[in-house]
Amino acid sequence: MIEDLLYREELLEVFQNPKNRGKIANPDLEAKLLNPLCGDVVTLQIKLNGGKVVQKAVFSGNGCAISQASASLLAENIEGKNLEQIRKLKSNDILALVGINPTPARMKCALLSLDVLMEAIKQNGSKS
Amino acid sequence: MSATVVKQKPKTGLNIRKIRADFPILNRKIHGKPLIYLDNAATSQKPNQVIDSIVDYYKNYNANVHRGVHTLSEEATEAYEASRKKVADFINAGDSRQVVFVKNATEAINLVAYSWGRTNIKKGDEILLTDMEHHSNLVPWQRLVNELGAKLKFIPIDERGQLQMSKDKLQKLVTSKTKLVAFTHVSNVLGTINPVKRIVSDIRNLNPDAKILIDGSQAVPHMTVSIQSINPDFYVFTGHKMLGPTGVGVLYAKKELLEKMDPFLSGGEMILEVEKEKSSWNYIPWKFEAGTPNIAGVIGLGAAIDYLSGIGMKNVREHEKELTIYALEELARVNNLVTYGPEDAERRGGVVSFNIVNEKGKVAIHPHDLASILDSEGVATRSGHHCAQPLMKVLDIPAAARISFYIYNTKEEIDILITAIEKAKKIFRL
Repeated sequence: MIEDLLYREELLEVFQNPKNRGKIANPDLEAKLLNPLCGDVVTLQIKLNGGKVVQKAVFSGNGCAISQASASLLAENIEGKNLEQIRKLKSNDILALVGINPTPARMKCALLSLDVLMEAIKQNGSKS
Repeated sequence: MSATVVKQKPKTGLNIRKIRADFPILNRKIHGKPLIYLDNAATSQKPNQVIDSIVDYYKNYNANVHRGVHTLSEEATEAYEASRKKVADFINAGDSRQVVFVKNATEAINLVAYSWGRTNIKKGDEILLTDMEHHSNLVPWQRLVNELGAKLKFIPIDERGQLQMSKDKLQKLVTSKTKLVAFTHVSNVLGTINPVKRIVSDIRNLNPDAKILIDGSQAVPHMTVSIQSINPDFYVFTGHKMLGPTGVGVLYAKKELLEKMDPFLSGGEMILEVEKEKSSWNYIPWKFEAGTPNIAGVIGLGAAIDYLSGIGMKNVREHEKELTIYALEELARVNNLVTYGPEDAERRGGVVSFNIVNEKGKVAIHPHDLASILDSEGVATRSGHHCAQPLMKVLDIPAAARISFYIYNTKEEIDILITAIEKAKKIFRL
């Protein structure tokens, strides 16, 4: 069943109790994107260690379970990683992380957080 | 035979089973379940009569219109112009030269903004809109006022989604600078049926020179509309929401305005005489129909009007009102569910937007998640901001789920919807 794929227990758990939801003061990197289809909004804030390694990543925003759970899982996943590793992340990495294979219409929801992340790390070059 | 059993006979006496048999798509299974199509405000399904009329044109008399003198061209032109007459009669527009075929309601509004707006709106002028407009009746005006240095104003809505337009409130909004008032006949999110006739007369009393545009996209498919009674300057709607094909819409405009307005697109068909350096424009309405039009679409729209006229627009409205009353009652029984828009079905069309909320009143199941789960039960609904983002801000919600009815929907389908909503709540542990 589609809903079993889309709304598996673990994903709902993350959506309802996200670990990395929040805001940080003076982030080194920050980006906000919205998905015009759903009205999903995801803001990602990153604190760097030594200008290269993600020390802390948090997301905020609102939207469907898939977009918000995906943002939380991604924020959690990139902590401790360096920006070079993060730059190489692809759509399939996110889908594997979220553990679902969404319908084409819902794919954007799952991948919004990756777009936000790429937008955020783009700023790194311009800042440093 | 359609899959959904029709148990209760509607009060209108319409034979819904027979109507459903005209719509081949209603036989479809979605994820193994019968399709329950509740997204009619986005687009309606098409009966065989409409599909066949398009096939018939392409198979038997496909030719360009207003060009050749050969038989096929004459037949195509006759059918194309017959549709114009059908549209004019259907909305009681009087002279059918006031009916311009365009691609959709959005193009009709853009045509008015470009051809009428750019000539008649000046720096410092005001355009009055409402807080419940679809983006199609907002964005073209935003662009126009930004280009010309004019200003937008908005009529607010109350907590049940009705325009706040008592005489003294309207007096503050309609000023001598108001050049245009543009508003929807029926809200695509709230279902609110605006009292258009009263609004038009109130505006004219305050400023007789202000022009009035009404977006009838959610009205013409669902109720009797009489242009001559409402008396707007411009009235727009689209074919695909009223059983017709996509790609054909209608601009009604008063003859004297159309005659003065500049063309929108230019090229073939819209000219009278072309010299190397200059041209003169064709007569209305063809002045606004540059290039080869959507002939099959216009013919299909004519067939849709024949179909709706056969049922009778009073019956269409009554059937949808009955479904809306039933849906509002059944939705009210669902815990944690809030609906938006007027409570009185007399004041709303067959559109109901809602959300599942938590105890704090915050959206607990995002409408997209809800729509995905409903889809798994075969129920097609719309979710999101419904192309009305400013309205979502006024309602203070990120998005909403929406169901919208048409002549082929039944109370049994609403029962299945309710069961599917309960299933979604269970998945989300609510």
